Amino acid sequence: MTQDKIDQIIDKFEAKPRALIMILMDIQHHNRWLPKEALERVSERLGVPLAKVQQIAAFYKTFSLVPKGDHELHVCTGTSCHLRGAQKVLDTVYEVAGIRPGETDSESKFSLTAVNCMGACSLGPVMMVDGQYHGRLAPSKTEDVLKNVK
Amino acid sequence: MSEIEKLLNPSDFEAFQKKIVEGRDPNRTAVAVCSGPGCLAYASGKVFDRFKVELLESGLAEEVTLAQTGCHGFCERGPSVVILPDEICYLRVSPDDVKEIIETTLRGGGIVERLLYKGEDGLPVQKESDIPFYKHQQKVVFGDNKRIDPRSIDDYIARGGYTALVKAITTMSPETVIAEVKESGLRGRGGGGFPAGAKWEATAKPPADTRYVIVNADEGDPGAYMDRGILEGNPHSVIEGLMIGGYAIGANEGYIYVRQEYPLAIDNVLYALEVLREIGLLGENILGTGFNFDIIVHKGAGAFVSGESSALMSAIEGRVGEPRPKYIRTSISGLRGKPSCLNNVETWANVPLIINKGADWFKSIGTEGSKGTKIFSLVGNVKNTGLVEVPMGMTLRQIIFDIGGGIRDDKEFKAVQTGGPSGGVIPEDMLDLHVDYDELYAAGSMMGSGGMIVMDKDTCMVNVAKYFLEFLSDESCGKCVPCRDGIDQLLEVLQRLTSGNALEEDLELIEDISLMMKECALCGLGQSAPNPVLSSIKYFKDEYIAHIAEKRCPGGVCKALIAYTIDKEKCIGCGKCMKVCPVAAITGEKKSPHKINNALCVKCDSCYQECPAKVQAVTKIRQADVITAFATSEEAANE
Ligand SMILES: Cc1cc2nc3c(=O)[nH]c(=O)nc-3n(C[C@H](O)[C@H](O)[C@H](O)COP(=O)(O)O)c2cc1C
Ligand code: FES
Repeated sequence: MTQDKIDQIIDKFEAKPRALIMILMDIQHHNRWLPKEALERVSERLGVPLAKVQQIAAFYKTFSLVPKGDHELHVCTGTSCHLRGAQKVLDTVYEVAGIRPGETDSESKFSLTAVNCMGACSLGPVMMVDGQYHGRLAPSKTEDVLKNVK
Repeated sequence: MSEIEKLLNPSDFEAFQKKIVEGRDPNRTAVAVCSGPGCLAYASGKVFDRFKVELLESGLAEEVTLAQTGCHGFCERGPSVVILPDEICYLRVSPDDVKEIIETTLRGGGIVERLLYKGEDGLPVQKESDIPFYKHQQKVVFGDNKRIDPRSIDDYIARGGYTALVKAITTMSPETVIAEVKESGLRGRGGGGFPAGAKWEATAKPPADTRYVIVNADEGDPGAYMDRGILEGNPHSVIEGLMIGGYAIGANEGYIYVRQEYPLAIDNVLYALEVLREIGLLGENILGTGFNFDIIVHKGAGAFVSGESSALMSAIEGRVGEPRPKYIRTSISGLRGKPSCLNNVETWANVPLIINKGADWFKSIGTEGSKGTKIFSLVGNVKNTGLVEVPMGMTLRQIIFDIGGGIRDDKEFKAVQTGGPSGGVIPEDMLDLHVDYDELYAAGSMMGSGGMIVMDKDTCMVNVAKYFLEFLSDESCGKCVPCRDGIDQLLEVLQRLTSGNALEEDLELIEDISLMMKECALCGLGQSAPNPVLSSIKYFKDEYIAHIAEKRCPGGVCKALIAYTIDKEKCIGCGKCMKVCPVAAITGEKKSPHKINNALCVKCDSCYQECPAKVQAVTKIRQADVITAFATSEEAANE
C-alpha cells in the first residue's frame, strides 16, 4: 500500500485523532492487513503516539498485523455452528492447510479467521471461502472444498 | 423516493405521506425476495437477479413490484420468496424456479405447489402466516420486513413510518414521551432488561449542555443475528425510535454503533440517513418544530466487551473499547462525559409502536413484568432454524416445538441455552418456563439479547460450558484480574474435565472461582462469565460426574474420552466409512463387517457421520474401554 493511499484515507477523516479506529479500519479494508509503516504514518499524521495506535490495532478483531494469504477462509464458530461441528471444520482446515485461526500458511495461499454467527445457522457448520458460503460441512466435504480452491 | 422535496412543517409531512399512500394500490402484486443473511447464503441474490431479468422479458416488470427485502425469518427453508398481497410463500426457491413462478402465479394466478411448505400431514400450505413456523408467532417489530424494501423510505412511510416521530415532536412534550415509554413497561432487549423509560428519565435529568442517544448494534452474542435482521431489513424503525428518544431526552446527536461484520446493515442505515437528511426529517429544525437532530454511524471493530455500555462509548471516542468502573452511570456521565442513553436495536425499534399505539396496547402483550414481544434467534439442533418473534410469556416448549418443529433428526431434546455467554442452560423438565426476564433469571439463565440455542442429546454440557469460556477468555479485555484470571482458571478446570483428568473437588473449585468473579469483576462480562458453567452444573451435574468418575462423555463429544467402533451385527459393509476415513484406519471387505483400528483413528467423526442413518453401525464407546480391549488382545497375542 502506498503512502499516498494511506494519506488519502487519513485526509478523508481530516486526520482527526477521534477517527483513529475508522482510519485503521479503512486501511485494513483496502490492504487486508496493517503494515508497520501504515501504523507509523497514522501515528505521525494524527499526532497519536505509536503505542496507542498499536494498542488499538491489537485490541480489535478486525485488524490483522500480518499479511493475509490469497484466499480468506472464515469459519463460523458461533454457538449454533459449534454444536454442529465447527471444531471439526477447523481441525480439517488444519490438516489440509496447516493453519489455526489467525494464521496464514507458509505459501500464503490461505488465511483462516474464526468468526461469530454469520446468520446462516441453518447451513451450519458454515465456512466462507472468499465470500462464498459452504454449508453442512462434514470433514470430508471441508477437505473437498479446500482442495477445489485454485 | 417519489421526488426530493424538503419537508418544512408537519403538514408537509402529512401531504407527503398522503401522496405515497394514495399512489399505492393495495392489490398490486409484489414479489419479496428475502435477502437476510440466511437466504443470501442459499444464494437468494441469484434468485432476485433472475426475477429482474425474467420480469422484464415477460413484460410484467411494470405491473409487479420486485424487492430485495430483509430477513423473513424462516431461514431453514431459504431462499424464501413471498408474493403479496396474497402472502403466497415459496420456499427453497432456486433461480430455475423463477420462470415458472412468473408464468403460473404472477401471470396465471395459480400456485406452484412443489415450492410450498408441506405440513406434517403432507398437505401444502399456501399462505405464509398459515405455516406452523409463522402461525404461532406475533410479529410486531419484525413483521414488516417482507413488505419493506430497506432502501425505500416510501415503503416505510406507507406502513405508517415516521408518524410516531411526528406525533411526538408536534403533539407531545418530552416529559409525556418519557412517561408513555415508562408506562409501557418496555425493558431493554440487549441483555439486562433494564426499564427503558427509567433510563431515559435518568439521562434527561442531570443538567447538561449536550446529551447523546445511542443504538447498540454490536450484537456480541456469538450465536445470534436478530439485531442484524432488524437493522438490515427495517433500518428506519430503529432510526425513528432513536429520534423519538433524542427528542424525549434532549439529545441532538445520536450514534448507531454497529459491528463492521454487518456491511449490509451499515449500508442500509447510511442510505436511510442520507434520504432523511435530503427530505429534512434529519438535521436542523425538523419540520419547523425547533428539534435539531442528526445521527452518526460508528463501525465497531470487533470486540465482544465493546458491547458493554461504558466500553462502547469509549470506542466511539476513538479509544480502546474497554469498560470502566461504573460508580457513575453512563446516563449521567457517558460519551465524552455527557449524559448518554444506550439502548439495544430491538429496544429502539419498539419505541415508534409504543408512541403510535399507546402504552396500553403495548402492555396488553406479555406478562406482569415483561411486556411486548421478543425476537429470538432460534438455532442449534432445532428443525426450523430462523428468527422468531413471540409475545413475552410464551413457554420455551411452545417456541422450540410448535414454532421450531422440535429437534433435528427427531433426536431427544437435552437443553436450551439463552443469554449467550452471560446466560445459562435450561433442561427438559423446565421447558414450561415462560419467556420472561425474571423467570429466566431465577432459573439461572437470562433473557439475553435473543440467542436461543437448542441442544440435542448428542451435546456435551461440559463442552458447551467450555465453549463459552473459551470465547470469553478470548474476549476479556484483561483490565481486571478477577475476570482475566478467573476465566482462565475456570477454563483449566474444564480442560481437566474434558480430558478425563478432573477430580471431584474440581466442582467445588468451580463454585469458589465463580463466586469470586461474580463479586469482584469490573463489568458484566466477568460477573456473568461463570453463568454458563454454573447453570450446567446445576442441571447436568450427572454429566460432570460421568466425566470425572467414569471418564465418560455422555454426549459423545469430548475427544479424549471417546473412541469409535463398528457394530459387527449392524454393519452392512457398504464401505462408505472406509472411503471417508482420512487415515485409512478402517478396513473390511465389501458386504462384510468393517473394523476400525483405534491406534490409527484420529476421531474426526467422519465415519460416524457417513454411516447411513438406517444402519448406524458406527458407534461411540468409552476410550477407557478401548485401552482395556487392546491390552487384553495384546496379552493374548503374547501368550
Ligand atoms: C460484555 C458485554 C457485552 C454486551 N454486548 C451487548 C451487545 O452486543 N448488544 C447489546 O445490545 N447489549 C450488549 N450489552 C449490554 C449493554 O451493556 C447495555 O446494557 C445495553 O446495550 C443497553 O440496552 P438495553 O437496555 O436496550 O438492553 C453487553 C453487556 C456486556 C457486559
Ligand atoms: S452460528 Fe454459524 S451461522 Fe450462526
